[in-house]
Amino acid sequence: MKYVDEFRDGELAKVIAANIAREADPKRVYRLMEFCGGHTHAISRYGLADLLPASVRLIHGPGCPVCVLPIGRVDQAIRLATEQGVILCTYADTMRVPASDNFTLMRARAGGADVRMIYSTQDALKIARDNPQRQVVFFAIGFETTTPPTAVAVKQAAAENLRNFSILCNHVLTPAAMHAILAVEGGVSLDGFIGPAHVSTVIGSRPYEVFADNYAKPVVIAGFEPLDVMQAILMLIRQINEGRAAVENEFTRAVTREGNRKAQVWVDEVFELREVFEWRGLGSVLHSALKLREKFSAFDAELKFSAEYIAVSDHKACECAAILRGRKHPQECKIFGTVCTPENPVGSCMVSSEGACAAHYSYGRFRGATL
Amino acid sequence: MSYTRPLDFKNGRIEMSYGSGGRAMAQLITELFAKVFDNSYLAQGNDGALLPCVNGRLVMSTDSHVVSPLFFAGGDIGCLSVHGTINDVAMMGAQPLYLSAAFILEEGFPLADLHRIVVSMAQAAREAGVPIVTGDTKVVEQGKGDGVFITTTGVGVVRDGITLSGNLAQPGDKVLLSGAIGDHGMAVLSQREGLSFDAPIVSDTAALHGLVATMLDSGVCLRVLRDPTRGGLATTLNEIAKQSGVGMLLQEAAIPVHQTVEAACEFLGLDPLYVANEGKLVAICAAEDAARLLKVMRAHPQAVDAAIIGEVLEDAHGFVQMVTRMGGRRIVDWLAGEQLPRIC
Ligand code: SF4
Repeated sequence: MKYVDEFRDGELAKVIAANIAREADPKRVYRLMEFCGGHTHAISRYGLADLLPASVRLIHGPGCPVCVLPIGRVDQAIRLATEQGVILCTYADTMRVPASDNFTLMRARAGGADVRMIYSTQDALKIARDNPQRQVVFFAIGFETTTPPTAVAVKQAAAENLRNFSILCNHVLTPAAMHAILAVEGGVSLDGFIGPAHVSTVIGSRPYEVFADNYAKPVVIAGFEPLDVMQAILMLIRQINEGRAAVENEFTRAVTREGNRKAQVWVDEVFELREVFEWRGLGSVLHSALKLREKFSAFDAELKFSAEYIAVSDHKACECAAILRGRKHPQECKIFGTVCTPENPVGSCMVSSEGACAAHYSYGRFRGATL
Repeated sequence: MSYTRPLDFKNGRIEMSYGSGGRAMAQLITELFAKVFDNSYLAQGNDGALLPCVNGRLVMSTDSHVVSPLFFAGGDIGCLSVHGTINDVAMMGAQPLYLSAAFILEEGFPLADLHRIVVSMAQAAREAGVPIVTGDTKVVEQGKGDGVFITTTGVGVVRDGITLSGNLAQPGDKVLLSGAIGDHGMAVLSQREGLSFDAPIVSDTAALHGLVATMLDSGVCLRVLRDPTRGGLATTLNEIAKQSGVGMLLQEAAIPVHQTVEAACEFLGLDPLYVANEGKLVAICAAEDAARLLKVMRAHPQAVDAAIIGEVLEDAHGFVQMVTRMGGRRIVDWLAGEQLPRIC
């Protein structure tokens, strides 16, 4: 595949790395947050930290859809499957997210619940059509990238009058999470953002302008390939060195300022803002998630099954909140790699390979390992 | 003795009676298994096969095969079950001699499919020169199996002077791989998910004992042989590192991966390092022998793309590390849970 190779050229990476090394001021520290799990994955998967000088520090952000899903939300989905007997359709990586009492959808399935792994919302609709006598619930999670397909599915279900289909909506918003990270007392130790790739293809680059304007944090939107990330880091360092804070776009091959208008219209037609939503790691954040509009309430599983959300607090030792704000490293958590591992994640950052702690554990823990 | 009607291999289906030990089962054995597998040991017609004396230490290995879909590009569960066990025996440095096969069939399974699978097994066994000398069949009720499960057991003999084991890797040794990774797993997965590519991904399923014999005959100092099946190359190397109490450093750029496999993995969010292979092997040998071993392997048709992919390090943590194509380093860890496609 030509396309992939082009963006994984080791020689080009060395050239960008040399530019970064030359332009980064060794006397200061550049704390750059990659918001998205996709970037975290590329950085760890390709060992990009090794190509950067000591003055450039990458902080893994909360943009991993399964990592930010609070325990109580997974509990809710599990209860629908076990107590209400619905067919629960879910994306594969949600299967292992820990719920209360170390339970997961995977374990619920092993215990007899009808949980089905799907690849697209269309699969969920098909299951609903094929099982008219059963209730089918789609566990809708993710950032702005996965929201439009859910919106389309709901619209289709409404058009077909598919009464046995509903969604458990957990769609969340990227800009709101960035606000939550920046708007904390005492400030944050962040100098700039590597902005989302896929999310930005939908929402465009405009929603990030407020972070440059109001918080004076530069944002460079970058693709998920390793060279994209390297180039974005260089662009951020240049902005910081010049004392600028603007939204720049490294990912012009896919992202425009306006984004995908059609997708935005679908989403707006089907969803509205939730007053407040609890994020794993970030806590309750105002206007940070979506729910179905009144018009589509017949497809809202929370209403349909009176499925109540019961908040469950994170483990006391978990440092995710500080890690997500760039204040702490995963290794500084007392239970990192001992009690909390990818096999038995305690906190949200250990849940998927895109989470900060899991990425460090799975790809980087040889750094700083002592004999 | 003649049966009322021969088995209908066109439209017939497995019935509970085929596993009951009665006349129907005898008919299935005679008209299918004994006929297709066709060898003098099976023809003995006993509960076990009486085998001649062998000279040397014996190796025995067993493997159960469940795969969905049963038929995929490049093979099917039949040849897979023969190759898999032959390879497990061969990785011990043994010459595989005999196989047994046990079938668990689901009621309602089409006889045509079973016939196709058994023919494929027979052909694989014949090509490998390893006869299936004994077997068993059970039938489970509809819904209690996934069409067909096959367990094969293999016996082989190791000649004197050869000892291969996962705990023999030493710091300084080189790690060799016989060819491109991920073909089998992605052939099965892309079929299962209905993904189509310009050039279809074909499983690499194959018996490797010929290649192994060539490698052993070359006289190089081999320490470990493994076939990176379930869990892929990453899992196999972690197992060896743990068993031997060593670390490893791989070079990503040296690990061959076919472009279509890479593209399919990319699409599903999988890492080819963790995808199953059924016709590849990993060899660990002394550093001074590596170049010669590589030459021997590349001269064999099953390992033309063989490569030296890394080396064994001293490391009490047992980390398998890799220098990525971008020049950074990372750990190639054990898989946490099962490998699941990412959504975004
Ligand atoms: S190691 Fe686990 S418990 Fe500690 S901060 Fe990370 S996710 Fe939380």
